[in-house]
Amino acid sequence: MNIEDWLQKNTFHHGEFSDIRALVSAKEKSGMSISLCIPTLNEEKTIGKEIVILKSELMDRYGLIDELAVIDSGSSDATLEIAAQFGADVYLSADILPEQGFKRGKGENLWKAVHQLRGDVICYVDADIANIHARFVYGLVAPLIQREEIHYVKAFYDRPLAFSQGIRPSGGGRVTEILVRPLFSLFYPDLTAIIQPLSGEYAVRRPVLEAIPFPIGYGVETSHILDVYHKWGLEAFAQTDLDQRVHRNQSTQALGKMSFGILQSFLSRAKAHGIISDFDDVSNLYRAFQVKDHRYEQVLTEIIEEERPPMVAIDEYRKKFGITGS
Amino acid sequence: MTIQEIIASLPGARDKLQEIREIIVANAVMISEIPAPTGQERERIEFITSRFQEFGLQNACIDEFGNAQAILPGRAAAHNILVAAHADTVKDEAGFGSAAAVKSDAIDGWGIADNGLGLAALVSLPEILRRLDVTLDSDLILLAQTQSLGRGDLGGIRFFLEHVQLPIVAGICLEGAQLGRLSYSCLGMNRNKIVCEVPAEPTQWQETGSKSALVTMGEILQKLSAIPVPQNPRTTVIIGSMRAGTGYNSPPTRAALRFEVRSEQVGMARQIREQIEEIIDEVSAETGTVTSIEVLARRIPGGIPFSHPLVKATRDIMRGLNITPTFHPSVGDLAALIFKKIPSVTVGISRGLNIHAPTESVEIEPIFSGLAQLVGLLQFIDAHPGQMEPPPTPEGLEYYEGDA
Repeated sequence: MNIEDWLQKNTFHHGEFSDIRALVSAKEKSGMSISLCIPTLNEEKTIGKEIVILKSELMDRYGLIDELAVIDSGSSDATLEIAAQFGADVYLSADILPEQGFKRGKGENLWKAVHQLRGDVICYVDADIANIHARFVYGLVAPLIQREEIHYVKAFYDRPLAFSQGIRPSGGGRVTEILVRPLFSLFYPDLTAIIQPLSGEYAVRRPVLEAIPFPIGYGVETSHILDVYHKWGLEAFAQTDLDQRVHRNQSTQALGKMSFGILQSFLSRAKAHGIISDFDDVSNLYRAFQVKDHRYEQVLTEIIEEERPPMVAIDEYRKKFGITGS
Repeated sequence: MTIQEIIASLPGARDKLQEIREIIVANAVMISEIPAPTGQERERIEFITSRFQEFGLQNACIDEFGNAQAILPGRAAAHNILVAAHADTVKDEAGFGSAAAVKSDAIDGWGIADNGLGLAALVSLPEILRRLDVTLDSDLILLAQTQSLGRGDLGGIRFFLEHVQLPIVAGICLEGAQLGRLSYSCLGMNRNKIVCEVPAEPTQWQETGSKSALVTMGEILQKLSAIPVPQNPRTTVIIGSMRAGTGYNSPPTRAALRFEVRSEQVGMARQIREQIEEIIDEVSAETGTVTSIEVLARRIPGGIPFSHPLVKATRDIMRGLNITPTFHPSVGDLAALIFKKIPSVTVGISRGLNIHAPTESVEIEPIFSGLAQLVGLLQFIDAHPGQMEPPPTPEGLEYYEGDA
């Protein structure tokens, strides 16, 4: 499938799926179960509204999702209390698969969710969406309900993103446009058709989730896309326009660190896929500078993109889901 | 069903409604985040109508005036009870930039109390009754009315009451806050805007300030404050806002003053406004300014008595739920119902804070008492339609023509 065909056939707008009753009917006919996972770390300002609206609209009024879970990295604020109060299943990432240890990072929560949650499909939604709406979930799971050949549905946001600092043009975020899109253009041109490869909202079938490794940090979305593309091709993807997404803006310095992590994941994948070769191990030190007493000094931050193996390789998971053989 | 039986069932109902907490909170949040300045409520009304339609209510539609309405049919369809909540907001479009937030004990958001939560109670009512397994004999007419506030002057509910074909036995108006509010009467009121304009002429700097609309408005304000206002019947003049000027160094050529006159007695508010008109004429003539007064809204005083069975039942129901009733007359939608001789009350759903400010907030826990109170009231009206005596004609109204 070339980019033009894919854009034509596998790019949707959430408005195509707003008949939730029809989606529920199709879902029930297929026997599919859907879990919603919200990874959190200190999200007390937005988590309550997100859970109240998604539970009310997609569980209480319509049975589109079968499970709503928060997987938390150890919040010190009221995130867990609020989430539980409004009816979410709340898990501490460290309590899931304890024999595998605990690593702090969003990717860790996403990986642990594969073991903890029951659904045939897991829909991940970030916790910091100020304008949360049911479309953030039904827009992503609908292509999986309607089209068997689609395995991984990614969100994109075609409207201008509103920030406290004002309005900026549409398209991917800064890291997408400055780092990921240039890299994809050079090495994986098919993947440039994914408009926002770094968006934190996506729905994925379990057989795909259990078969791919999870970087625990910034690189999880990028590596997912590269791994799914490598194993299943562009046709396994779809993307849905969810219109506007209002969320916190991050500083340029924070985005620098994020880019560093993403680049590490990208290079390891490109090397493994034979896209680049003769590439030695590189430093994990992110180097920035600051001025102190009129002198420049180096600020070193170690950013290691640790990875969790494919969940299907974990014995406890195989036992829980009755997986035998290789 | 006696009032005692109703009251006895309410604590259980309040606890049971916790099961649909997310539905109620979600409705309040979603509704309050849809911009609805007076006259621009269309998007919010469409959302409310879609909720009515999804529940399968009868006649769910938007009327010619833009009100959302629907009917939840009862067993016998012998009577019609109106439940109404105004859909417009005090804040304008610019106030809708900030999103609501759900905390463990409260919902924060500009417009959540007035009237996001009142509307949430309205759209959630069919589900509330279903969960409580309450079926009424009467049909319930659910109405989200537009253009209620300020210059809107109760336009939506007036239109509805002028054109509704069904006889209404009683009405309940819903406000998000305050829980315990019980309004059963309305004040005579006129809501006015005075505009004062002076020609913008180039002046010597020594004369700067002599031709100022603000100075003239100050004179009007001074004389207006000196008008004797009777304590009995209770009468007040509320100066709401004054706007003029753009900075420090140029006299304003235009000034606007907004005020309300309220009184319990028919004709008193009008008398006071007529005195104000004389003041305006006098000051205009003295200063050579062009000053006008516009009446934006009027109410005629009236209501049902404190001893009316509907008021008594509301008080008893509140006390049964440990809600302390507070009584104050209304100048809102209740006035339109009273004017149409429909016995009605206005009640609040929860405790609110910082109403009409960006930090507006409502508490979550009291919502369930507020909703149980609403269910109890509906059950009482449904069981005692014969006690729903219409409001008496206010003394003096038979001789009265014109505004309040």
